[in-house]
Amino acid sequence: MNGSEFVPLSLVPMLTGIFVAVACALPGNFLVLRRQALIGDAISHVVLPGIVVAFLLTGVVSTWPMLLGAAGAALVAVLAIEGVLRLGKIESGAAMGVVFTAMFAGGVLLLEQSDTSNVHLDVEHALYGNLESLIWLDATGWGSLFDPEALATLPVELPRMAVTLLFVALFTAIFWRPLKISTFDEGFARTIGMKTGPLGLGLVIVAAIAAVAAFDAVGSIIVIAMFICPPAAARMMTNRLEYQIAWSVLFATLAAVLGYVLAGYGPLWIGMRDSVSAAGMIATVSGVILGFSALMGPHRQRGAAAPAA
Amino acid sequence: MTLELASNRETAPTSRADSPLAVRGMTVSYGQKPAVFSVDMTVEPGNMTAIIGPNGAGKSTLLKAALGILTPLAGTATVYGKPVSEQRHRIAYVPQRASVDWDFPTRVIDVVLMGLYPQLGLLGRIRPVHRARATDCLARVGMEDFATRQIGQLSGGQQQRVFLARALAQDADLYLLDEPFAGVDAATEKAIIAVLKSLRDAGKTVVAVHHDLSTVAEYFDNVFLINTHRVAEGSVEEVFQANHLQDAYGGRLAGAQMDALQLS
Repeated sequence: MNGSEFVPLSLVPMLTGIFVAVACALPGNFLVLRRQALIGDAISHVVLPGIVVAFLLTGVVSTWPMLLGAAGAALVAVLAIEGVLRLGKIESGAAMGVVFTAMFAGGVLLLEQSDTSNVHLDVEHALYGNLESLIWLDATGWGSLFDPEALATLPVELPRMAVTLLFVALFTAIFWRPLKISTFDEGFARTIGMKTGPLGLGLVIVAAIAAVAAFDAVGSIIVIAMFICPPAAARMMTNRLEYQIAWSVLFATLAAVLGYVLAGYGPLWIGMRDSVSAAGMIATVSGVILGFSALMGPHRQRGAAAPAA
Repeated sequence: MTLELASNRETAPTSRADSPLAVRGMTVSYGQKPAVFSVDMTVEPGNMTAIIGPNGAGKSTLLKAALGILTPLAGTATVYGKPVSEQRHRIAYVPQRASVDWDFPTRVIDVVLMGLYPQLGLLGRIRPVHRARATDCLARVGMEDFATRQIGQLSGGQQQRVFLARALAQDADLYLLDEPFAGVDAATEKAIIAVLKSLRDAGKTVVAVHHDLSTVAEYFDNVFLINTHRVAEGSVEEVFQANHLQDAYGGRLAGAQMDALQLS
C-alpha cells in the first residue's frame, strides 16, 4: 500500500486506535494491580447515558460536555449503587453490576429514541465506534503531513486522542512513585504522608477521561478490552512494574495495528467480501495476546518459587 | 477534632511532650461495636514496647488509628509532642506482611527504596548514594543477596525482613511494627529482634503489636495491654502479671499457659 492510499484512508484510524489503546492501557496497569479492573469496565458502561444526555442538552458531540455528562452519570451510578445496596440488600458486586448494565441499557434506549442522525452518535457507534470513518479526505500522500491546508481537515478525533494520551502519559510519569507505592502498600503510603484517597480518585478520573475520549472514536467494546487485556498480558511477561508498563504499551499498539489491518483485510484474505469492525477486531486481538501470554509468558506463575517459610 | 486537640494539649501531662507516641481518647469503630474504645497510651522513649491482647482486641487498629491510616471516631495522637502529620519523617511503620499483595511486580531493592520516597519526592533521581543506602539496610537484615529478586519469590520471613529494611531506610526515631513475627521462621525472628534491639540501643523507640506471650519478657521492656479498652501499661515487671493478663484475655488463658509464662 502506498502513501497516497494509506495516508488518507488508514493512517488516521490506525493512529487513533493506537492512541486509544495506549491511553487506556496506562491507567489500566494500576487498575488491574489494585484489583479494580472492573472500574474500567464500569466507566465505559456508565459514560454512555451521560454522553447521550450531554448531547441531548447541547446538541453537539464535543469533549467537555461529554466529560461533564460522564461525570454526572458516574455520580448517579454511585448514588444508585448505594440505593440498591440499602434497599435491595444484595452484595455490592451484584449492586454494581446491576447499576452499570442498567445505565448502559438505558443509554442505548435513550440513544435509539433521540435524533442523532446528523452526528456520529448512534447505538452502533456506541458499541463499535467509528474508527473506519476517520477518513482524511484532503490528504494526498505522506507530504500532506507537512501541508497546513491538508492538516486543517484532519479528523478531530485524532488530535483529541493525542492530547488525551499526552495527558494520561504525563499523569502516569509525574505520579509514578505515589501510584506505585500506594498500589503496593496503601497503609505505608499513608504513613509517609501520601494522600492515597485523592490519588486513587485521580487515577479513576484519568481512566474516565481516557474512556470518554476513546468512546467517541472507538466505542465501548475496545475501551473495556484496552483497560484490562494489555496490562494483564504484560504482567505475565515481567516481574517489574516499569517493564510491565512498557510491555502493555507494546501490546496495546500491537493490538491496535494488527486489529485494524485484520479487520480491513483479513476477511478478504479468507475470501470474504466485506471488512469487519476494526474496534471489534482490535479487542479480539488484545484478547488473543492475553491468551498467548497466559500460555507462554515467562512470569505467569506467581509465588510458585517461594520456598516454605 | 481540632477543639479536642486544643483541650487535650492544655490538660496533657508534661511527660506527653517527650513521648514518642501519645494517644488520648482513641475510639475506632468498624460497625456498631467499637474496636478500640477511649484508649490512652503514652509510649516511653528509648524503649521497646509490646502491644498485647487477644485476637480482635484492637491492637492493630490502635496503631493504624494513631498513624491516621484509619480515621478514628474520636481521639488524638501526638508524636514527640506534635501532631502525627507534622512528624511523618520521624515515623517508620511496618504493616502486617499479609496486608499487601506480594505478587506485585517489583524487586526487593525497589521496596526498600520506597522508604526513601520522602527524600526523593515525586521526580527526584535515584542516585548511587540512595542505592547504597538501600543495600546497606538490606544487609542489616541479612537480605543483601536478594536485592534483585521479585518479592513474590521470597519466603514469609524474607518478606518480613524486606519490610523491616524499608523501615530502616526511613531512618526514623519511632518504629511501629504490626505483628512483625507473624508467620516467620525462627532465624528471621532472631534477626528481626536483633535489629530492633540495636535500634533501641541507638536511642530509637520501638512499638510492636505482638501475639506470642512466651517471648514478651525476653524481647520487650514495656507492655501495653489492650482489649478494646486499655487494661494496663508499664514495664514488663509491673504489667505482665497474671491478674492483668486475665483481665485482658477475659479469663481465656488456661492455667497451664499461665504457668508456662512463669509469672509471679
